[in-house]
Amino acid sequence: MTVFFQTLVSGILIGGIYALIGMGMTLIMGVMGIINLAHGQLMMVAMYITFVAYTFFHLDPYLSLFVAMPCLFFLGVAIQKFLLNPLMEVETIIPQNQVLMTVGIAIVLTEIARFIFSSTYRSVTTSYTGKVFFLGGISFNVAMTVAFLFAVTLTIVLFWFLLKTDLGRSIRATAQDKEAAILMGVNSRRITIITYGLGAALVASAGSLLIPIFYLFPDIGRPFTTKAFVITILGGMGSTVGAIFGGLTLGIAESMGATYIGMSYKEMVGLIIFLLVLIFLPGGLKRLTKV
Amino acid sequence: MLKVENIDVFYGDLQVLWDVSFEVKEGETVALVGANGAGKSTIIKTISGLNRPANGSIRFLDLHLDKIPSHKIIEHGIAHVPEGRRLFPEMTVRENLIMGSLCPRAKAKRDETMEWVFGLFPRLREREKQLTGTLSGGEQQMVAVGRGLMALPKLIMFDEPSLGLAPILVAEIFKIIQRIRQEGVTVLIVEQNTKQTLEICDRGYVLENGRILLSGTGQELLNNDHIKQAYLGI
Ligand SMILES: Nc1ncnc2c1ncn2[C@@H]1O[C@H](COP(=O)(O)OP(=O)(O)O)[C@@H](O)[C@H]1O
Ligand SMILES: [Mg+2]
Repeated sequence: MTVFFQTLVSGILIGGIYALIGMGMTLIMGVMGIINLAHGQLMMVAMYITFVAYTFFHLDPYLSLFVAMPCLFFLGVAIQKFLLNPLMEVETIIPQNQVLMTVGIAIVLTEIARFIFSSTYRSVTTSYTGKVFFLGGISFNVAMTVAFLFAVTLTIVLFWFLLKTDLGRSIRATAQDKEAAILMGVNSRRITIITYGLGAALVASAGSLLIPIFYLFPDIGRPFTTKAFVITILGGMGSTVGAIFGGLTLGIAESMGATYIGMSYKEMVGLIIFLLVLIFLPGGLKRLTKV
Repeated sequence: MLKVENIDVFYGDLQVLWDVSFEVKEGETVALVGANGAGKSTIIKTISGLNRPANGSIRFLDLHLDKIPSHKIIEHGIAHVPEGRRLFPEMTVRENLIMGSLCPRAKAKRDETMEWVFGLFPRLREREKQLTGTLSGGEQQMVAVGRGLMALPKLIMFDEPSLGLAPILVAEIFKIIQRIRQEGVTVLIVEQNTKQTLEICDRGYVLENGRILLSGTGQELLNNDHIKQAYLGI
């Protein structure tokens, strides 16, 4: 039974960070109607920023969060403004072309990282790397626990922003009915730019939080893009609340898979859940939660 | 106040409005009536900047509306209550009303205006925290009208506000529109519900196949033989 709870706790902790990744992807999906296939690669960029800040300036990863998030916000803004929005100008071009563009961006970001940092595995070893504490017989990884608390805080701030500010409401309104939002005075182009920036900043925070735990290499983006995709589908495409449940579900499923099936099957469990959801619950968890 | 002059509007290569001209004066209630597909929605969407005229001009006070980006139209005092209501279904009644008052001028008086809207539609106050996707058709139309009023418009444009509503609710919506007019807001209303619309308007225009066919006071149009035959079934 302890093993079960231990596994559950690990799953929830990582799931909180997956939720951050998923919420960013979900916002982009909701507003632009596209799957952002560069999502994990944006996280990879944030991880390298955090790595550089630690190695050269001895900045703690949790503080680099406040560097990586704004950097990625502006990178996201630039991507939407100069690479994705121009594709909408051309009349006959379908949103799928924007998705193809995100694939291109993903490749370019990965190769730039490889050019600068080579394919060598990097890591950030802090004073708390590998430290654990015990609570009721269950061990908690310090770095994971701190990361989880950051994730919860950021999620609360995000929801406050989306629910209580005019800008946040305008983002939700654009996702629900773009033309009506324009009639209300919402500059929908500006909203797409802010949303992509926000999505990038959210996944950047996940990158900074994960770096004390994960090895870093240029190709780390790809599996995280897949995870973000799975979470978005699980959550019901465009539902931010759904993305939280999607993130937690994926975290717990992977953790259970690693404990009870085998470490090397961890990724497969996520994809199997993904397929099951597509087949049996095509609207994702949103069908159950309705928000 | 609003002057539409000789506009031609296309969807791609398909022309749907031909040389359309009409005028709305301050304080008036003006109706545009016509059958399904005549081009009524296209006209108000063009005023709102969602479509652009290929020829002709649209002026509002001293502004050239056809040169203003669509999201800036509302801050100049024009509210558009769209066909089919087009609410934000996963937002509450209150949030939908807030979305009507984004521009600085309206935002400064947001709470005050909301009280006024709740006064016009007491039922909305009771439903304040409900998601609009779960409201009845009549309640949704009230939110759509209220959302338009939240902008504190000088001109409010209604696109088929009675669409899909039961007769009692239609009467209620028309009563509200008259009330709004008494509050000093100029009204442009587009309808297929020809009789009731012509009864409450000062002047009306009849649109057929994208062209203005007739115009006159509401009473003149109600007595017109063509209208009696084609629209009122008399
Ligand atoms: N987005 C669009 N693309 C192409 N054709 C359209 C579009 N919207 C409307 N139309 C066509 O334009 C004509 C006028 O439509 P509309 O203005 O909606 O009429 P009404 O509001 O009077 O029913 C119709 O023939 C309709 O099929
Ligand atoms: Mg119409």
